[in-house]
Amino acid sequence: MKTRLKMAIPLVTGAAIALTAPAVQAADLEFYFPVGVNAPAVATIEKLTNAWAAQNPQHTVKAVYAGNYEETTTKALTAAQAGDPPQVAVLLAIDIFTLIEEDVILPISDIATSPEEKAWIGSFYDGFMVDTQFGGKTYSIPFQRSTPVFYYNKDAWRAAGLDPEVTPATWDEMVEMGKKLTVKDDNGNVTQWGTRIPNLGLAGAWLFGGLVKSKGDGLSTDTGTEARFDTEAAKASLDFMLRLAKEEVMAPGGITWGDTPKAFLEGQAASIWTSTGNLAFINENAEFDWGVGFLPGGDGPGAPVGGGNFYIFKDTTEEERAAALDFVKFMSTPENQAVWSMATGYVAPSAAAWETPEMQAYAKRLPQALVALDQMPHAYREFATFQRARVTQFLVDAIEGVITGGADPAAALAEAQDKADDVLGEYR
Amino acid sequence: MNMRLSYGMGFILLVLPCSLLVAFTHYPALKALLNSFWNNGSSIRPSRFVGVKNYQTLLEDDKLMQVLINSFIYAIGTVPLAIALAIGMALLVNSKLPATGLMRLSFFLPTMLPMVAVANIWLFFYAPGIGLASQLLNAVGLPSINFLGSTNTSLASMMVVAVWKEAGLFMIFYLAALQSIPTNLKDAARLEGAGSVRIFFDVVLPLLRPTTIFVAVNALINAFRLVDHIVVMTRGGPNNSSSLLLYYIYEVTFGFRDFAYGATLTVLMVVILGILAAFQFWVLDRKAHYQ
Repeated sequence: MKTRLKMAIPLVTGAAIALTAPAVQAADLEFYFPVGVNAPAVATIEKLTNAWAAQNPQHTVKAVYAGNYEETTTKALTAAQAGDPPQVAVLLAIDIFTLIEEDVILPISDIATSPEEKAWIGSFYDGFMVDTQFGGKTYSIPFQRSTPVFYYNKDAWRAAGLDPEVTPATWDEMVEMGKKLTVKDDNGNVTQWGTRIPNLGLAGAWLFGGLVKSKGDGLSTDTGTEARFDTEAAKASLDFMLRLAKEEVMAPGGITWGDTPKAFLEGQAASIWTSTGNLAFINENAEFDWGVGFLPGGDGPGAPVGGGNFYIFKDTTEEERAAALDFVKFMSTPENQAVWSMATGYVAPSAAAWETPEMQAYAKRLPQALVALDQMPHAYREFATFQRARVTQFLVDAIEGVITGGADPAAALAEAQDKADDVLGEYR
Repeated sequence: MNMRLSYGMGFILLVLPCSLLVAFTHYPALKALLNSFWNNGSSIRPSRFVGVKNYQTLLEDDKLMQVLINSFIYAIGTVPLAIALAIGMALLVNSKLPATGLMRLSFFLPTMLPMVAVANIWLFFYAPGIGLASQLLNAVGLPSINFLGSTNTSLASMMVVAVWKEAGLFMIFYLAALQSIPTNLKDAARLEGAGSVRIFFDVVLPLLRPTTIFVAVNALINAFRLVDHIVVMTRGGPNNSSSLLLYYIYEVTFGFRDFAYGATLTVLMVVILGILAAFQFWVLDRKAHYQ
């Protein structure tokens, strides 16, 4: 026993000296990330993390694919509550209020304090920064940001006698053109629908936010304590969805998010409303001439923004925080944003990324990618409040009740509003 | 012949199973019961004792009501259907038809697949317009049905998946039971002039009763326990039409992060399962015929 102690003393002193030394300290990072689109996302993430690890041999990073967005948030929160959080994770931008309430994340603006770092935080598009901020601090860094766009099959447009370079700008035009695009077989069964807007689950609620935005309103505000479900804009948006089904422009009933790109590729839908995150997948698999346009809007263009940001967790050592910050900075250099954007279709979140030669060439090769960028000024943050999962579910239930169960739009929205006010009341 | 174990040895042998049981069954159940009397806290708002408030919420929860009705329909629908199908398949593979080996394999195959894989296969079957079900309907001139996207069909679609997945396993139990029925009983019945239908209902079926009870208990437990396909296929939607009790508990606990109400719902589920188990073992067991 004594000999062991004697041997331990020099080891401990050695470690203490190493700790006080000014050299960069080694940190072992764990990095959780989700995948929410049809793209070679895992391989690209691994390529980027390996590149960072190669540049920083004193550190290690373990990239952990943790499922879809919800699963990743659940895993990260559970790990944090067990006292062993990942140091860094990509989680939904709108989970900011949940993460703040659980007190597990560190405002990045608290650790990125040098002038260069402040400039870095300021280098992203404002549209992607709104949902990173709370109480005057920046909590996250935009990474895999997306916005839905209108994908359309130009061959189907031609077959219907429409100009293949013109997409519907308004809801009325959508109905008008959609009616021409719906094709039936001899039995009267529809073989091709005019358009397809996913309306089930969280993805349905996300797109619904874009409809509401195009009527000049928003589903939530910056405070995180207000849900705006019972509004004229929301009612009009639900009416529009019902009208699409009634006029046989879109299949009646519930429409899933996951099957949407497939339905487009198989010619089941002449146009679809889905994330830019599917751009690479559609580009690779479409066997027809296709294009991208703004989402048709009620009073003007409108779209939600969505996707995930980098968060750094609180329960970490100084060394881990420094390494995590360095890792996040590396992942969001213009060059790496470009790599990520080109591999997936996510909208690169800074102007500098779009100015890189790779990205310029990409935009020339795939001009569809630029549409999302042009649409950004018309985009509004995704629904976010405290208790987001629960409050969003009220909206999801209302939309699904109306679309699939024949509930009255006004009554369904009023009910969702009441429930949301009940939950959010104690946060005001 | 009977070796008497010393109390010490008996105690040691019991320690391992008991500690596992305590750690993974009794302690969590007790903890859930305790948690159900506290409200939900977060890091900045610690939880406090609220008495039976969570149970009051439970009574006023419309969604829970719908989920319970769904679970009831689901259990009532899947258990008898899976049992009937299992008996049918067992009779088929126990017969003297050719290729019974191949039949056994193909009937049992769904059971061997993980539920998540099964759910993904069926997701493709059900996909409106592109899925196999739609194409079959279209081939005979019928419009395709939006199985998972309509409140009318989503729960039934989930039930079909569960029956398809489970019947194969139950078939194995029935097959074993069928093969253990002595042929002289059937021969005797035949001598008395009974037809095969009569033999099945009056000789075979009563002898299968212990198996049926065992299978029914398992099927019922599975009806509450297995929700993987709900997670993969519908997430309880649309408008909660395919949400089952366990999925709702998962949604409340890990989705909404309301651990207190999740614990309250868990207590409810434990009570329901306890009542069902008691009923099955004490009431049905007495009517079973064991040899």
